[in-house]
Amino acid sequence: MVTTAAPNAPVRGRRSPLASFGLHATLVVTSVIAVFPVLWVFLTSIKPAKYAATTDFFKETTFENYSNLLDDTPFLTWFGNSLLVAGLTTVLGVFVSATTGYAVSRFRFPGKRGLMWTLLVTQMFPVAVLIVPIYNIMAGLGLLNEPAGLVITYLTIAVPFCAWMMKGFFDTIPREIDESGQVDGLTPFGTFWRLILPLARPGLAVTAFYSFITAWGEVAYASAFMVGDENLTLAGGLQKFVNQYGAQWGPMTAASVLIAIPAAVVFLFAQRHLVTGVSAGAVKG
Amino acid sequence: MAVHTSGQSVAKAAGDDLTRGRSRDNGTPPGRLRRALGTHWYAWTMVAPVVIVIGVIIGYPLVRGVYLSLTDANERNVARSIGVNHLPATYEFVGLDNYVDALTGNQFLGTLGWTLVWTVSCVSVTFGLGLALANVLNRRIAGRSVYRMLLILPWAVPGFVSVFAWRFLYNEDNGLLNKILAGGGIDAVPWLNDPSWAKLSVIAVNVWLGVPFMMVALLGGLQSIPGELYEAAEMDGANAWQRFRHITMPGLRSVSSTVILLSTIWTFNMFPVIFLLTRGGPGEATQILVTQAYKFSFEISPRDFAQSSTWGVLILVLLMIFAAVYRRVLRKQGEAW
Repeated sequence: MVTTAAPNAPVRGRRSPLASFGLHATLVVTSVIAVFPVLWVFLTSIKPAKYAATTDFFKETTFENYSNLLDDTPFLTWFGNSLLVAGLTTVLGVFVSATTGYAVSRFRFPGKRGLMWTLLVTQMFPVAVLIVPIYNIMAGLGLLNEPAGLVITYLTIAVPFCAWMMKGFFDTIPREIDESGQVDGLTPFGTFWRLILPLARPGLAVTAFYSFITAWGEVAYASAFMVGDENLTLAGGLQKFVNQYGAQWGPMTAASVLIAIPAAVVFLFAQRHLVTGVSAGAVKG
Repeated sequence: MAVHTSGQSVAKAAGDDLTRGRSRDNGTPPGRLRRALGTHWYAWTMVAPVVIVIGVIIGYPLVRGVYLSLTDANERNVARSIGVNHLPATYEFVGLDNYVDALTGNQFLGTLGWTLVWTVSCVSVTFGLGLALANVLNRRIAGRSVYRMLLILPWAVPGFVSVFAWRFLYNEDNGLLNKILAGGGIDAVPWLNDPSWAKLSVIAVNVWLGVPFMMVALLGGLQSIPGELYEAAEMDGANAWQRFRHITMPGLRSVSSTVILLSTIWTFNMFPVIFLLTRGGPGEATQILVTQAYKFSFEISPRDFAQSSTWGVLILVLLMIFAAVYRRVLRKQGEAW
């Protein structure tokens, strides 16, 4: 693999044809490895289920897996559950943590270091630490198998994360803007609400998107807390196709595509900012 | 409670207003707490929602979890409702017995060993590949943005979907990988059914999942290194390796240290890959600490809440020690993280 240093703008043409070939070959091979599993699932989903285990790329292209999935399985219910849970988690998480991200980015106040540490440390909480007590608490409150229970649980993931990431975004907004707000006689809340929040909108969108995806793809809590076909989210539902009824690759692949495509499309638009958020938030912490 | 008098400009401005307002207090110097409240109430109000949420839904369960780890709680003796009857909890405090059991039994240390192997190999391979790809993509090369898009794809697909896709490929009888091997006259490989192969398989999937993030983060780091540095080095006759060693690596230092820390923690806690690919099997070969803790409370009967909590607390302690040591090492090297 190529590990030589990369001048940011090497003059083209100085590279030998062999080196060029090597670079492209490396990239092509890795791209194929990156894309193929996903592509293969897609190709399988548009083959009749009985050919799922064949190696032909195309064979009698059909959408019967999709129609079976939508007609004969609770897929749409699961989809709705996931949408509800992830959507509520996102809205609540972003709403609760926006002001905190701002306060931590701008003010120096007693308890700030402690709060920053808490936000950081809670992000490394393994699911194993909280899952049992939360399960018992939810059982006590009668919230097992309820979307509300899962939403509350997911806030434990979303809130520290959103606050942390938003701090990173607020840090990129120049302080002079706050100062101009102060000069114009705005209170800190007013500055935050009228000046900073509108500027931070892309950051908010990315944070919201990221917490949505996190909740959308969560497996452990969803598997433990939700039982019964009606209450499953997608992560639990997909397991049904593989475990319970033997391997039903036809509907499984169709479901995978339906779950992945919308997420992937939005993701590819947002990804540039995702990295900025994660690494900026962490580096400047 | 320490009162910072050197507030930053904005906080100060807010504080000044309040100081003026407080002069109505009949001359007596306000207490430290009141003064702090006056200066910082804006900030405190703004962080209050998060503090409350963290306290109620993270802090309280955490305390309870630690408490459960000191009891013999299991499915049969926790408080529960059967129909209309409510049975109170009957579990008892047992002190550190669970910890002694965990640390002296052979299961914890064995699982910990594999968890460490899993974490170190996943993170190092992912970092190596990510760094190499970032370097390649940072060159001016035809079709760069297309390659970049394709290479990011695994990150864009929800994790559990990718894992199921891999399960599909790994399937021993019908999976594509074995079909391809059969085409080359090679016997089917029991990808997920043989302990060694299963370990290799789960690592491969996790690397596949992790490389895009690594690559993009490091690419961001590479692009923030000023090109003049390379030009100057080239003038001085530094070869490619020397430039990589003395400009690229130091330039990537802060990004690398962050992504390595993050991905170590993520990998250590990587529940879905193991759980959905192998459920920890065959036997307990691929069980990492997190999936084993989950198994205690949700897959065995009677559910052993106490042992599960104990493992959870131990995992947390291990990670915090790691983060603290890591931070100290970085600080010694002059990294202001």
